[in-house]
Amino acid sequence: MTDPTGVRSPKAARTKDRAATAVLAAIVFAIVVMLVVVVGHVVASGAGKLVDLSFLSGKPEQFKAGGGIGPEIFNSFYLLLLTLLISLPISLLAAVFLTQYLPEGPVARVAKTAIETLSSLPSIVVGLFGMLAFVLSAGWGFSILSGALALTMFNLPILVRVIQQALEAVPRTQRDAALALGLTRWEATTMILIPVAMPAIVTGVIISAGRVFGEAAALIYTAGQSAPTLDFLNFDLSSTSCPWNVMRPAETLAVHIWKINSEGVVPDLSAVSAGTAAVLMVCILAFNVIARLVGRALERRMTAA
Amino acid sequence: MALSTTSKRRLERRGQFISGLAVLLVVVLVCTLIFMVCSRGIATFTRDGVPLGSFLTGRTWNPHQSNELGQPTVGALPMVLGSFGVTLLSCAFSLPFALGASIFVVEVAPTFGRKFFRPLVELLTGIPSVVFGVIGLTMVVPWTRSWAGGTGYGILSSSIVLALMIFPTMMSLTADALSAVPDSYRDGSYGLGCTRWQTVCHVVLPTALPGILTATIMGMARAFGEALAVQMVIGNAAQMPSSLLTPASTLTSIITTSMGNEAMGTVYNDVLWSLALILLIMSMAFILLVHLVGRKGSSND
Repeated sequence: MTDPTGVRSPKAARTKDRAATAVLAAIVFAIVVMLVVVVGHVVASGAGKLVDLSFLSGKPEQFKAGGGIGPEIFNSFYLLLLTLLISLPISLLAAVFLTQYLPEGPVARVAKTAIETLSSLPSIVVGLFGMLAFVLSAGWGFSILSGALALTMFNLPILVRVIQQALEAVPRTQRDAALALGLTRWEATTMILIPVAMPAIVTGVIISAGRVFGEAAALIYTAGQSAPTLDFLNFDLSSTSCPWNVMRPAETLAVHIWKINSEGVVPDLSAVSAGTAAVLMVCILAFNVIARLVGRALERRMTAA
Repeated sequence: MALSTTSKRRLERRGQFISGLAVLLVVVLVCTLIFMVCSRGIATFTRDGVPLGSFLTGRTWNPHQSNELGQPTVGALPMVLGSFGVTLLSCAFSLPFALGASIFVVEVAPTFGRKFFRPLVELLTGIPSVVFGVIGLTMVVPWTRSWAGGTGYGILSSSIVLALMIFPTMMSLTADALSAVPDSYRDGSYGLGCTRWQTVCHVVLPTALPGILTATIMGMARAFGEALAVQMVIGNAAQMPSSLLTPASTLTSIITTSMGNEAMGTVYNDVLWSLALILLIMSMAFILLVHLVGRKGSSND
């Protein structure tokens, strides 16, 4: 009879166990080092630009050195805001329907398959669809509106899943108690479930916001690759220099990084690229930290009450 | 708050209707997307008369020229091979690390994993793909150039960048799969006198295998569909990949670089949509695979 574990003596087994633990620890150590080196490299190589106000507020240059990323920073946040305004209500309602009204059955299966398909689509395919549907068919051109809708397609499945999980994590007894007291499902959802699930929802939304903020592939053919100079005193919504005009093209930070690296001719290309990447990284890290803090603060308020 | 029964019922019906509408909207959007990409993607075959076989197996990519049969030379094999090459290679790079780290944080040091390592890895999930592209350009490409020679641009560099990118996805899902193995299994194994490593190899890993497979497939799906990070470091030469170190291209990289230059309705543009259609079909195939693995995993229990 052979030993199924392939180890002859307890002593050999113990040695092997120690060796395996050491190898695993080495792997984890290597990963941590790699992570720190990679993230540190991105932030460190752009650190000079990170505190350079003329870079953060200046306008990008096409051919000369010294360009800034002011409009790109604004565009990124504006696009994010619009995307959340569109995708949040839709995904909240969809998640409510899927968890409260129709958790099972053929219709739920179709909806879940659709959402899963959408979440697995490469973002470049979402961008191409956005170009076809919003830029060309609807005739909106390369615009913030087209970009925000493409980002909505990208963001919807993430948000629906996050909110669904948050709602499902609420103890069933709470819902049952609300229904037993004579509340309708809609009342139970809006007055009990959503408030209880709020910390998880907010955390999830902020984390998904970070992903939207850094997305580029879905935007290069929808929001476009040009950043018109913005004039913050211009409130003429049809002018391309009006920051709030949703029909103007808008290059974001992520798209800017891609564009200067693939087509850029400015002499200080690597510095601008590193600076923009550092700004983007800091924003994403901030989103993560804020998500955790807000989630924890809300949690404390809800449970203390 | 006290509403009359009729207005309560009206509110309830309205809420159900609106939330149902939101779900319907999502479903319609997805169907529209699939329909539009398909209808553009098949134009190469229906309108431009390119046989499907020669599209998938052709080795020359030059949509501006026609071959001796008068058909445009649109062999997509270089890009298909490039895409599969970077996907498999990046998975091969990432999987040992993901598996090793998951075993460590689940079996060896759970507190370290929960408090420190997994939040750190989650942070990595949020890094935008263009930033991975920049990391590729400023770190991986020079490194490959000095260690392996060549220009530094190519499948090897892209795979390393993608391996970094998909690591968080694969590691999180793998760790979840290991955590889902019931502790009673471990206790049984320890009770029989097995060491931790024996327990991991003979009890935990076999039980978690479907979950680990799912994690791998999800990582592959992400690598296959990634556009910009790959496009920035692969060199974008639409030729048959001859080695890991020469510039190559993937489906996504060619779409990204060419879509903006070719007018709608031209053969070149049609073929790019066909490449997008391959991406769409592949991403659905990955989901299907995940479901098959999941079903097999649950039937084994």
